[in-house]
Amino acid sequence: MIEVKDLHKSFGDTEVLKGIDCIIEPSEVVCVIGPSGSGKSTFLRCLNMLEPITGGEVIVDGYNLSDPKTDINMVRTEVGMVFQQFNLFPHKKVIENLMLAPQKVRKLSAEEARDRCMKLLEKVGMAEKADQYPQQLSGGQQQRVAIARALAMEPKMMLFDEPTSALDPELVGEVLEVMKQLANEGMTMFVVTHEMGFAREVGDRVLFMDDGVIVEENKPEELFSNPQSERTQEFLNKIL
Amino acid sequence: MIGQFDFTSVVEFFPQLFTGLYYTLLISVVGLIIGFVLGAIFGLGRISRVKITQYLSIFYIEIIRGTPVLVQAIWIYFALPLIIQFEIESIVAGIIVIALNSGAYIAEIVRGAVQSIDKGQMEAGRSLGLNHRQTMRHIVWPQAFKRMIPPLGNQFIISIKDTSLLSVILVPELIFQGRLIAANHFNAVEIYTTVAVFYLAITLTLSLVLQRLERRLDI
Repeated sequence: MIEVKDLHKSFGDTEVLKGIDCIIEPSEVVCVIGPSGSGKSTFLRCLNMLEPITGGEVIVDGYNLSDPKTDINMVRTEVGMVFQQFNLFPHKKVIENLMLAPQKVRKLSAEEARDRCMKLLEKVGMAEKADQYPQQLSGGQQQRVAIARALAMEPKMMLFDEPTSALDPELVGEVLEVMKQLANEGMTMFVVTHEMGFAREVGDRVLFMDDGVIVEENKPEELFSNPQSERTQEFLNKIL
Repeated sequence: MIGQFDFTSVVEFFPQLFTGLYYTLLISVVGLIIGFVLGAIFGLGRISRVKITQYLSIFYIEIIRGTPVLVQAIWIYFALPLIIQFEIESIVAGIIVIALNSGAYIAEIVRGAVQSIDKGQMEAGRSLGLNHRQTMRHIVWPQAFKRMIPPLGNQFIISIKDTSLLSVILVPELIFQGRLIAANHFNAVEIYTTVAVFYLAITLTLSLVLQRLERRLDI
């Protein structure tokens, strides 16, 4: 589904990603953990070109992102993204947040889009809030709407950039629940997270990143109970 | 003191003042509509990724903002016709002056408002597969427009009062009419005060309309 070869990314003189290789298989749930500043989010943002890459290759669903001929908008329709800060459109109602892209990009009619989007809102338990505005919702509700908005494009895979980090602790569960459900349905997911419980329970594989490289990767139970590298041990000791 | 002034007699000059009001309104409305379009174009041009567009916009904004409206009016009415060998009617020249002048300030208002919208909004739009233009149009612009309203109201009021300078290029607006009347009837204080009340009537109405609009867009 995604193939990353020797990915490098610099901001000016600062190299943030220093050569990353990674393959994500269809239906796989990959969680990325690591200290802040390790490049996790930048890595994720390179996967849909929100950050242009400086070196190496990222191939998503057969499209080479570094090839200037690749229609990046086309690729993005296949890769849903969920942000830490939700980034819902505050001037649009919940249902309109979902309907916009399917109508403008997929060229669905208003009824088709509404049908599809209402089903998704039901799925994330937000159907009765369809006609409210985002700021009337709690953080957890907003994030569930944001997940539904990304799903409305019927993407082949989903990127989650610390989806629960901006939430009050008691609201984290409802968002993780929706993500778990999605994983069980076979969605390919790439999740940058601090929720070790989620990574352990739902992840097929966990990557530990530090200082711009993948230090260690393994099945969650292996990585958490038997970390190989010293840096991983150190990190896990600090947070667990 | 007020007893020395004869405000009752200004009523007889109302027809003439209303003619002035008509031209003030005409030039303000048409000028500001064009000014808003110019402002949108150059405001977005100012933040364009295309360097040429950026420099052109900066050039326009800085030249206009850095020179007095009075001089701009004289250039456009007296100098421009000599260059292009084409006579411009004073009213048309007036509209051009207000449009060009307000356009430069509105460009900065537009730029500020667009740049104030959180970067995450553009990213969210793009991540859904919308292209840059679609995201601007459906997501960034509507939010930015709401933020433009207060400073736009300010600029509109300034531009309306700027039309008074157009009397020097013989636009028959309010001040021009007032000066004619005052010169013939030696009632400068009464006439100019009346003229000021006319301006107030326009600007207060505008403030009211914008307040309403702001409240309606506020969800």
